[in-house]
Amino acid sequence: MSVASIGKYEFEPLDKVENFHGNQLTYFNWEQHLLFCAPVCLPLPPEMPFAALVQEVLPGVYNKHPDFQKINWDEVTWTLDQADFTPDMGKSLADNGLGHKSLLRFWTPGLDGIKGSHS
Amino acid sequence: MSGKRKSKLGIKQRYSMLTRGLGWDTTYQDMDKVFPYDNYEGIIIHDWDGWEDPFRLTMDAYWKFQSEKEKKLYAVIDSFAQNNGHLGITDARYVNALKLFLTGVSPLEYQAARGFTHVGRQFRGVGPRVACQMQAIDELRHVQTQIHSMSHYNKYFDGLHSAPHMHDRVWYLSVPKSFFDDARTAGPFEFLTSISFAFEYVLTNLLFVPFMSGAAFNGDMATVTFGFSAQSDEARHMTLGLEVIKFMLEQDERNIPIVQRWMDKWFWRGTRMLALVAMMMDYMLPKRVMSWREAWDIYFTEAGGALFADLARYGIKPPKYADIATKEAEHISHQAWHIFYNYTHAAAFHTWVPEKDELDWLSEKYPNTFDKYYRPRLEYLDKEEKAGRRFYNDTLPMLCQVCQIPMGFTDMDDPTTISFEVSEYNGDKYHTCSLGCRDIFDYEPAKYVQAWLPVHQIYQGNCGGAEVPDVLKWYNFNLGADNLEYNGSPDQKLWDEWQAHRKKA
Amino acid sequence: MSRIVSITLQNNDDARPIIEAIEKDNPEATVNIYPAMVKIDCEGRLIIKQETVEELLGREWDVQELHLSLVSIAGNVDEEDDYFELSWNV
Ligand SMILES: [Fe+2]
Ligand SMILES: [Fe+2]
Ligand SMILES: [Zn+2]
Repeated sequence: MSVASIGKYEFEPLDKVENFHGNQLTYFNWEQHLLFCAPVCLPLPPEMPFAALVQEVLPGVYNKHPDFQKINWDEVTWTLDQADFTPDMGKSLADNGLGHKSLLRFWTPGLDGIKGSHS
Repeated sequence: MSGKRKSKLGIKQRYSMLTRGLGWDTTYQDMDKVFPYDNYEGIIIHDWDGWEDPFRLTMDAYWKFQSEKEKKLYAVIDSFAQNNGHLGITDARYVNALKLFLTGVSPLEYQAARGFTHVGRQFRGVGPRVACQMQAIDELRHVQTQIHSMSHYNKYFDGLHSAPHMHDRVWYLSVPKSFFDDARTAGPFEFLTSISFAFEYVLTNLLFVPFMSGAAFNGDMATVTFGFSAQSDEARHMTLGLEVIKFMLEQDERNIPIVQRWMDKWFWRGTRMLALVAMMMDYMLPKRVMSWREAWDIYFTEAGGALFADLARYGIKPPKYADIATKEAEHISHQAWHIFYNYTHAAAFHTWVPEKDELDWLSEKYPNTFDKYYRPRLEYLDKEEKAGRRFYNDTLPMLCQVCQIPMGFTDMDDPTTISFEVSEYNGDKYHTCSLGCRDIFDYEPAKYVQAWLPVHQIYQGNCGGAEVPDVLKWYNFNLGADNLEYNGSPDQKLWDEWQAHRKKA
Repeated sequence: MSRIVSITLQNNDDARPIIEAIEKDNPEATVNIYPAMVKIDCEGRLIIKQETVEELLGREWDVQELHLSLVSIAGNVDEEDDYFELSWNV
């Protein structure tokens, strides 16, 4: 529906990709590890290799969790924007299909958080 | 009964002299031009005189009673200050609830004053116009008395020094701020549905009443008194909310679907905002009156149930997703507290892990959820803190496009999995925390794409700098005092010193 | 479905005769006491009569003085010179 208004109602979205200085926003969530209360948001260059995301970005976000060191990355399952997804570690984020404000979720089988509470 | 009384006009006549008696239809200018805003929302009004005034306070009575309320309030505030009332509260942790109240809720009183001033000009019906104008004055009184009461705490405790500045900038305060911005940028009928009906009628009982009772229980006479003083006006505001709904529904059938959609929207926005109050009640009151879950049962399920049964004769259904909100009442305070625990380095109040007897209370009040989902991680966090490794989340969170809360709420059918919703609009993705927030976005995407989401604004470079300390300075935080864990905070140190003195004396 | 109407008043000297009057005129009402406030629930309908409050108070009482002690209400309001009533339509 359009907004009921007293005149023309057209405004710029505030979060267009060009407002992020060459980066695009990416959201991540480590599933069943709610010690981190919510998914996180990071501005990342679309040309960044997926491997750098796993080796450099995610540890900075999540390595405070005792489960993080135990992750077997070969067993991790992913979804990208809610569809099953197998990343190509050698390719860039953009070539892996990550766009501005894409949501990347990952599951780490066998790891179920603090005392099995999914935290 | 005295003869003097009988000679007066009845209350209904007096009120109609004030309202109908003082209004007129313009003739030099078309009424549609004088009141251009009261019909573009699609609400059809045939007869503005069909408006029933629920309370009938004339101006003389209004001034008389309001001044009496003020006198009582200021007598308490003065004696509270003179007698060092802050020493009588149960525990300094409690003051953190006041910090959130002063920065998050009191500025909404001011927003309400602005909103009601606006709509108090825009209705062509003189009944609602007068009611809105009186309410605008009430709301101004509320913000003033709240700032005044809490200024006493500002002499001793951190985080209370810059409420309006923080309200406009700080990430979690964008939650209440955007709620009111959304309401005030809607038309006058939607504004009254959002604020007077959904917020004041349906939800204020949850917001104010149990919390103020809790303030009394925790020895905070200043807050109880301003709270109840405001609440005495609020009872009048609530009835305006119910009246505007009945008025719209009675005037024309075509209003029903519009009103229903607004109720659904504002109920959901309201429950999201109340997550903040839920955690205040369950985590921030050292002595607890009732749990959030219990408050929800009394004030929403029971009182709301009777209300919606009453509205059923107009074809109005209970708000969409009320069932989900009721399930969430078992979780929401714990999830909200956890969000603030994660990011308290970027908040102007402290958080902590509840003490053992408090955890036991939560276990008892939330037998279905607390031990299973929340207690283990609180105990872990406690252990980490005591070992000198206080956990903070170092990465900024993903926010809901509509309610603007970090996406920390889970799927009620699968409570360990975050609930994700997404919409596409003009080629961009917009993420929401729930079906309720997604529906709101999908109905008016052109409105919500303008949301000023704090995390995105920080990344765009609009919030003082790229590093967290720069942003916190831009928020006007005193770093190391306003923010971080309660244990070891200057607030705690001061409180412990006072307690030690007391023992000596 | 319950049709409870409800009024919450401050638990202070001003409100006490009002609370007492409510109990007298609404024998079905339940009084719940919380810190600093009293919540009175009643099925369907609840009335505050000026006459009863005046008797208990021993002075004239303007029904609108109720505003000074009111914390919250649930129900449709009917405010008149000599009574204040809350109800749900049956
Ligand atoms: Fe208010
Ligand atoms: Fe209000
Ligand atoms: Zn949301």
